[in-house]
Amino acid sequence: MEPLVSIRNLTVDFDLGRRVSRALRGVDLTIGRGEAVGLVGESGCGKSITWLGILGLLSSRAKVHGEAWLDGRNLVGAPVSELERVRGKRIALIFQDPSSSLNPVHRIGRQLTEALKLHRGLSGTDAKAEALRLLDRVGIPAARQRVNDYPHQLSGGMNQRVMIAMALAGEPDLLIADEPTTALDATIQAQILDLLREIREDSNMAMVLISHDLGVVAENTDRVAVMYAGRIVEQAPRERLFDRPLHPYTRGLLNALPDIEGPRKALTAIPGSVPEPWNHPAGCPFAPRCDHAHSVCHSELPALARRDGHHLAACLRADDMLSRMRDDLSEAEPARSYA
Amino acid sequence: MSPLLQANDLACHFSVRRGGGFPTKTVPLKAVDGVSFSLAPGRTLALVGESGCGKSTTAKAVLGLTPATGGTVRFKGEDLPKEGTRAWQRLRRDMQLVFQDPLAALDRRLPIGRQIEEPLHIHGTADKTERRATVARIMEAIGLKPHQAASYPHELSGGQRQRAVLARALVLEPSLLVLDEPISALDVSIQAQVINLLVELQERLGVAYLFISHDLKVVRQISHEVAVMYLGRIVEHGDPETIFTAPAHPYTRALVSAIPTIRTTTRERIILSGDPPNPIDTPSGCPFHPRCTHAIDRCRIVRPELAPTTDGRTVACHLAHAPDVKAVA
Repeated sequence: MEPLVSIRNLTVDFDLGRRVSRALRGVDLTIGRGEAVGLVGESGCGKSITWLGILGLLSSRAKVHGEAWLDGRNLVGAPVSELERVRGKRIALIFQDPSSSLNPVHRIGRQLTEALKLHRGLSGTDAKAEALRLLDRVGIPAARQRVNDYPHQLSGGMNQRVMIAMALAGEPDLLIADEPTTALDATIQAQILDLLREIREDSNMAMVLISHDLGVVAENTDRVAVMYAGRIVEQAPRERLFDRPLHPYTRGLLNALPDIEGPRKALTAIPGSVPEPWNHPAGCPFAPRCDHAHSVCHSELPALARRDGHHLAACLRADDMLSRMRDDLSEAEPARSYA
Repeated sequence: MSPLLQANDLACHFSVRRGGGFPTKTVPLKAVDGVSFSLAPGRTLALVGESGCGKSTTAKAVLGLTPATGGTVRFKGEDLPKEGTRAWQRLRRDMQLVFQDPLAALDRRLPIGRQIEEPLHIHGTADKTERRATVARIMEAIGLKPHQAASYPHELSGGQRQRAVLARALVLEPSLLVLDEPISALDVSIQAQVINLLVELQERLGVAYLFISHDLKVVRQISHEVAVMYLGRIVEHGDPETIFTAPAHPYTRALVSAIPTIRTTTRERIILSGDPPNPIDTPSGCPFHPRCTHAIDRCRIVRPELAPTTDGRTVACHLAHAPDVKAVA
């Protein structure tokens, strides 16, 4: 089946005057209809920039190249008028901090009806009725009274529900949820993720869930892509990625994660830190921090290649890892230690 | 062993303006409302809970940075002197504070070596070479290279910045370190570095931690004892393994079940309805009862007190102490 969105070799450069900083170094990713894809990685790895770049939401200093196909049209370099028909209508976004995404001086009802007018051409009582339905849909109690509230009168969780209602106003095919629960408390996070799941089940909307929290991604997506230094380094169906990660960076991330169950053991931190965009190593960007790096890793850039079924990894040593993993598997059940 | 730090029925009430009108009405906001705990030297007590539950206010009150409106804080067996007095300043040498965002905690215009040295200056180590030697020693202990003393905060990575903040807090060799969400602003791979460092430093220096966090996974990794707070009160207190594997209070149970995990788990997820209530008008009886699925009539009227259970923890819940608790859990 034709994917909903397919991104090919997307790059983003920021012109900093004295130098050009490359934030995105060639991203390839497809999103199927109704699919939930997780995008994980540390801050600065390019997970948000990917989508902001495609939708033309970066400043004029950013130069976006590559392709992003939606319904046979390339969004990269498309005129603003065309992007405006996509933003919010076909591809909607929600961000981390709902209170800074909502307009503080307008009532939430008005902000919702504005979105409905823009995307669906509704006005007057129709728009009001639809706004009420949406607020009700996202689980805001007493929606009839709440439409007249300002964002500051609502809690963080309620504001995020309003943001989701606004995103649903255009009945999008794809929702980009950029750290949607990071600013929220644990019990509220569970509520919001539950709501997103329920909405997706009802509407067959695809979702890209951007998060630094591997637990959140593991529980809410079908497929996961791991990003490092502006590239996707590993991509696999969810269970596969968390049970049998191939890329040393993914393994490192999983080993660095404390757990709430099981035996308490010392965490294995990844040494060093992410390379600066202007000081990018030749070869594999992870090689300086990698335990498995050979000399070739420092000179040759690995491509994101198919390793095993739907499992993709950008690592020159992935085949070694895979064969070692198969040996391990034949000996015992899959071990939870990835080192 | 006598406790290093002891809080007894600690309360911090603020009066806040409510609504418009003239004359303005003020109402009490009970940020911390009767919190008691004790912390032994070289141990870690974690205060966990959602935003607004009073965990940071408790931490500040313990240091005397926020005046307590009730109860007492005793540090090394003595009452905490009034903020700003000489005696308090002397005591603060022995109790230090670390915040969430290292970039905000550091001065952008000073090299970190100077910043790490500053507490020595304030607390009167006159000799310059001695100060420099102490700084070099602590930087090495914390995993910063000597040449980095000349670096400015923006030249360091997130993990290194948090190390610099820790070095500054530890340079006076305090016996208590209050850590307010020290790793929440860091990336996953850096978090592990800092968690391991904190554990290692405690073993080496024997410093006690009062660790404030909302992240239960991190808390489990680092603490000897956990106190779960809800609306300014401790609702469950005990050993982390006991609390996280078999939470007794319905709020703790929801909190633990809400943790997203990469494991394929059979744990049931409890999704609480609604938001935590406003600390200005806390519900009558048990403050958690409006969100609790097990609440009985008594919960709406009588506030449960923190009381010990048979397995060594303390819980503030009528049902946890009822004989038919198993049926509820």
